[in-house]
Amino acid sequence: MSALAVRGLCVEFASARGIVRAVQNVSFDLAPGERLGLVGESGSGKTTTALSLLSLIRPPGRIASGEILLDGVDIARATPSALRRMRAARIALVPQGAMNALNPVLTCGAQFADLFAAHGAPGGTARIAKLLASVGLGVEVATLYPHQLSGGMKQRVCIALAIALRPAVIVADEPTSALDVIVQKQILKTLLAVQRDIGAAVVLVGHDMGLMAQFAHRIGVMYAGRLVELAFVRDIFATPRHPYTRMLIDSLPGFGARGVFKGIPGLPPSLLTALPGCSFAPRCPRAGPRCTVEMPQTRILEGGGEVRCHDA
Amino acid sequence: MTLELKSAGVSFGGTLFAGPRKRALAPLDLSIGATPHILAVVGESGSGKTTLTRLLLGLLRPTSGAVMWNGRDVWRLPKPEFQEYRRAVQAVFQDPFGAYNPVYRVDRMLTLPALRFGLAASEETARPLAEAALAAVGLRPAETLGRFPHQLSGGQRQRLMVARAMMLKPSVLIADEPVSMVDASLRATILETLYRLRHEERMSLLYVTHDLATAYQIADSIIVMRDGEVVEQGETVSVIRTPAQSYTRDLVAALPPPDPTIDWGLESSS
Repeated sequence: MSALAVRGLCVEFASARGIVRAVQNVSFDLAPGERLGLVGESGSGKTTTALSLLSLIRPPGRIASGEILLDGVDIARATPSALRRMRAARIALVPQGAMNALNPVLTCGAQFADLFAAHGAPGGTARIAKLLASVGLGVEVATLYPHQLSGGMKQRVCIALAIALRPAVIVADEPTSALDVIVQKQILKTLLAVQRDIGAAVVLVGHDMGLMAQFAHRIGVMYAGRLVELAFVRDIFATPRHPYTRMLIDSLPGFGARGVFKGIPGLPPSLLTALPGCSFAPRCPRAGPRCTVEMPQTRILEGGGEVRCHDA
Repeated sequence: MTLELKSAGVSFGGTLFAGPRKRALAPLDLSIGATPHILAVVGESGSGKTTLTRLLLGLLRPTSGAVMWNGRDVWRLPKPEFQEYRRAVQAVFQDPFGAYNPVYRVDRMLTLPALRFGLAASEETARPLAEAALAAVGLRPAETLGRFPHQLSGGQRQRLMVARAMMLKPSVLIADEPVSMVDASLRATILETLYRLRHEERMSLLYVTHDLATAYQIADSIIVMRDGEVVEQGETVSVIRTPAQSYTRDLVAALPPPDPTIDWGLESSS
């Protein structure tokens, strides 16, 4: 039984120059308590996929097709009132910009009280103090306004809000990209600890494969709106099957040879026009004649991974 | 061509209405530009890294000590020499999205400084300079010139900022977190561009970052800052392999090993 099932998700944005296909036919299952990393470069559709899970795509974007199943409800088709009941209670978001995700004119405590009131959940100062303590903050934070907190503290408050109603799924959209490296590690430790505590599954969105290596059970690699590889973290680092995954891992800086750079040349394709073949083919060192004419389909690999590549 | 700090420090406040005196940067000696060199400045938010770059760029006047360009105080240079200093010390900032005026085509970013610093007499003569600079950072002029900033990716915009700085043939390039807002896949490409400036164009770089892994890749030496003070400095490999300060060790330990078989200690409680 999976905590969340995504089936054939397609998200489109209407633009003056045509339909932008931001997410195309993405499917995955999330087991209870599992940590899934979604990686990819800007515009790969990773954040759009993550926000779709809470049905937070706003016009001109829309979920064009596909299902997002949580507790037997299809989030993609749920009514606004059903969504209001599910968000935060069953599936919660830790937003990207903790800097401006909190209401600046309310104290942190009032934002917890709002959340409890909206869901008819028992609140109270003791409950808020306990939540703040679980993310490593003191009770006095409840009386402070967001501008009185550092970036790392604000992100902790956002995590505490996300777990307040003990959701089954936490979606964390680049929760540490605005923080420096030392704070980043503390935040990830906090996220891991609270996730374990409440047994929630996590979808962590990011572009840092190094972080994913340490945080995720499984990694999904997105490219140009498609999930091109999905596998267990050890398998994906030991034997990346998609050439793009390999290049992403190789481009990571390490403490080995200095002055050696392995960037990924070229740019991702426009999402306005569909290429007939594989969208990575123009940048792919292994691309053959078949790759430019025929779209590779997802293949299930031994060991439970899956990949979209003719050559893998 | 030498850019130096001589016991240069910065404090704020301390006057009647400005609140208590607060030290942003303790008096510091530093020299860059005499020979091609990449100096990395690492530290967390609030450690004084950006204050240091603002001093070197002549954007902030030190409250003690001096900033020297070829042995002369930057803040007392006569106009022609100051203009020369402005050309010879260039900057690339963190945010490639906020650095552009969205209503102008990106061409202006290249032609305007070329005209102002007298490298070209007209927009037509500036164009070959712009094209050469773009090619040097791996951008195709046909795909870049004539566009508006929003039509370029973050990586393209950041490389364009590097191209703009390079075109002026500076002696010293101050790069303040140039890759922290760029995708991991493009990070390596931009770092390679910076590395080649030092090794092929004989330029010196001050590379500000909180990421020791990228500093390790390109820098000749490193200074580690905390709370406005230099806590450790030295040759790159020795600072990273055998850090003397616990703070430097914390910075090294804060980098996630890109290998799931190595334990990063996310699950420990400390």
